[in-house]
Amino acid sequence: MEKEKIIEVKGLSKKYKSIIAVDNLDLNVYRGDVFGFLGPNGAGKSTTIRMLLSLIKPNSGSIKIFGLPLEKNRIEILKKVGAIVEKPDFYLYLNAYKNLEILGKLSGVDTSKKKIMEMLELVGLEKRAYSKVKTFSHGMKQRLGLVQALLHDPELIILDEPTTGLDPQGMKEIRELIVYLSKEKNKTIFLSSHILREVELIATRMIIINKGKAQVEGTVDELLNAEILSVTFEVDEIEKAIDLINNSQWKSILKNTIKNELLFEMKKNEISELNKFFVQNEINVNAVIPVRSLEDYFLKITEGTGK
Amino acid sequence: MITLINIELQKIFKKWRTYIGFIAVFVMTTIVQIALYLTQDDFIRSTTRALNDSFFLQGNFFNGYVVAYLILNAMFIHIPFLIVLVGGDLFAGEATAGTYRMVLTRPISKFNFVTSKFLAGFIYTFIFILFIVLISLLGSVLFFGTGELVSLKNKIIIFASNDVLWRLIGAYIYAILSMMTVMALSIFFSSMVSNAIGPIVSTMAVIIVFIILSAIPIEVLQNLRPYFFTSHLSQWNEFFNDPIDYNEIKNSAIILFAHIIALYGLTTFIFLKKDILS
Repeated sequence: MEKEKIIEVKGLSKKYKSIIAVDNLDLNVYRGDVFGFLGPNGAGKSTTIRMLLSLIKPNSGSIKIFGLPLEKNRIEILKKVGAIVEKPDFYLYLNAYKNLEILGKLSGVDTSKKKIMEMLELVGLEKRAYSKVKTFSHGMKQRLGLVQALLHDPELIILDEPTTGLDPQGMKEIRELIVYLSKEKNKTIFLSSHILREVELIATRMIIINKGKAQVEGTVDELLNAEILSVTFEVDEIEKAIDLINNSQWKSILKNTIKNELLFEMKKNEISELNKFFVQNEINVNAVIPVRSLEDYFLKITEGTGK
Repeated sequence: MITLINIELQKIFKKWRTYIGFIAVFVMTTIVQIALYLTQDDFIRSTTRALNDSFFLQGNFFNGYVVAYLILNAMFIHIPFLIVLVGGDLFAGEATAGTYRMVLTRPISKFNFVTSKFLAGFIYTFIFILFIVLISLLGSVLFFGTGELVSLKNKIIIFASNDVLWRLIGAYIYAILSMMTVMALSIFFSSMVSNAIGPIVSTMAVIIVFIILSAIPIEVLQNLRPYFFTSHLSQWNEFFNDPIDYNEIKNSAIILFAHIIALYGLTTFIFLKKDILS
C-alpha cells in the first residue's frame, strides 16, 4: 500500500518579472519522511517553501497538503503545519516568552506559562524567557524559531535552512532534534538545505533543485549509495600507470589524468580490485579518493559550474 | 478576531514610538497651560481688547474651556503627524522585522489580519484623542475652572458656561473620526511598503498637498475642494458655531467615513493579493 502523501506538488512555477524562480516543479513528501530539499543558494528553495505556506501565490501548478488543495484550505492546513521560513524573525522589542505567547494564541493552542516554559526548555532557552529577543544571538533566535514551529504540535514541520549560523554543537543538536521529532514523535519533516552532508545525515528522501528545476529525486540510499563513484587514484609512477591501464580492462573507465592522479568512474566494489591490480604491477598507490557523482554534481552546481 | 485585535494592541503599546505622541501632547499642553497661567491677565487683555471698545464684558473669560479650545485649535494641525507615527508602522513594521513570515504561517485569515490592524489603529486613535481630552480639557478645567467661551471666527459668539462642555465633547468625537481617516490613510500606505518612513512621509505629503490645493483660489480647485478629505478634517469647528449646521457636520462625517471604508477595502484587496517576500 502506498504511503499517505503529505505534500503533493505538481507543475509548480513562479516568475518574478523575467526571472523564473521555480520552474514546473513536482515533488511528493510522504508521511514520516524526513524530506531533504537540497539546492544551492538561489535555486528556488525558499520560494517553493513560501508557496507551500501560502505566503506567495504560484503562477501555475497545484499544491496539496494533507490531501487538500492549499488555496482553498489554507487555514485548515496551517493548523497542522509548523515552519521556519529563512531566518527566524521575531518582535525584537518583546521577550521570548511574549513572542511565543502571541504566536501560540494565533495558532489557537495552550499558551499557559507551563507549556511555554516547557517548550523553551526543549532548546535550552528557559533562562532567557524574559529577555528581549533583540538581545539574542543568531543561534538563540534559530532555536527560538524551532520552538515557535513546534508550539502547536504540528504534523508537518517545514524547516528552511534550520542550522544556518549555528556552531557545530548547535548544528548537531538541531539534527538530533529533527531525528527525535521524526522517529519518536512521528512528524513529517520537510528540510531545506544547501549542505548535502546535512541532508544525507538525517533525510530519508530528497530532491535536488537548481535554477527552480528538480534535478534528481529519490531515497537518500538510492541517490547516495547505489551509484557510480568518481575515484581518484594517486600513484607514484604516472606514465607507467597510464600505459598499464591503457592495455587493460580498466581502460574504459579511466576518465582523466592530472599530474600523478588518475580519475576513474566506477562502482564501489571495483575500487579494491583496481587497487590490487596496481599493487600486483608494482605501482605504489599513495591515496584512493572516492567522490560520489552526486556530491560531485552538487558541488558543481553550488559552485555555479553546473548546467 | 478579539484575540487578533488584542495582539495588535499589545504590539502597538509595547513599542517606544507609540508613546512619542502621548509625551508630545503632555509636554505641549503642560507648557501652554503654565504659560497661560503665568500670563493670564495679558492674555485676557489682548483677546478682549477689540471687544472692550464696543461691549461691556462681564464674566470669567479665562477658564479651562478657553484653554482646552485654544489647545485643540493649536494642536489639531500636528496631531496627524503623531497618528501616522503609529499607523505607518502597523504593516511596514512587520515587513521590516520579517515577522509576516511568522504570523501569516499561522492559521489566521489574511482578511482578519488586515481588519485587526485597522481596528487596533482606530482603538489607538480613540485612546490618543481621549488622552488629549484628559490632559487639555480635564487638566485645564481643574487648573482654571469653568466659564464662558468666546468664539471669534466669522462672528463673535459667546457661549454660556453651561453651553460649552457638550460642544467640546462633540468636537472631540468628530476629531476622532478625522484622525481615524488619517490613520486609515497611513495604514493603506503602510501595507504597500516595507519601511515605516515611507508611509509616514506619504501620508503627511498627501495631507499637505490637499490642504495647499484647496487653499489656492482657482475655480477648478475650489470646485474640487468639497471632495478633498482634508476639507472635512477640521469640521469639528462647526460645533463652535451658532446655530450649528448639523447637515454640514453629517455630510463631512459621511465623506470621511466613506474614505475610511474605501481605504480599508483597498488595503484588504491589495494585501490579499500580495506576495510576502520580506
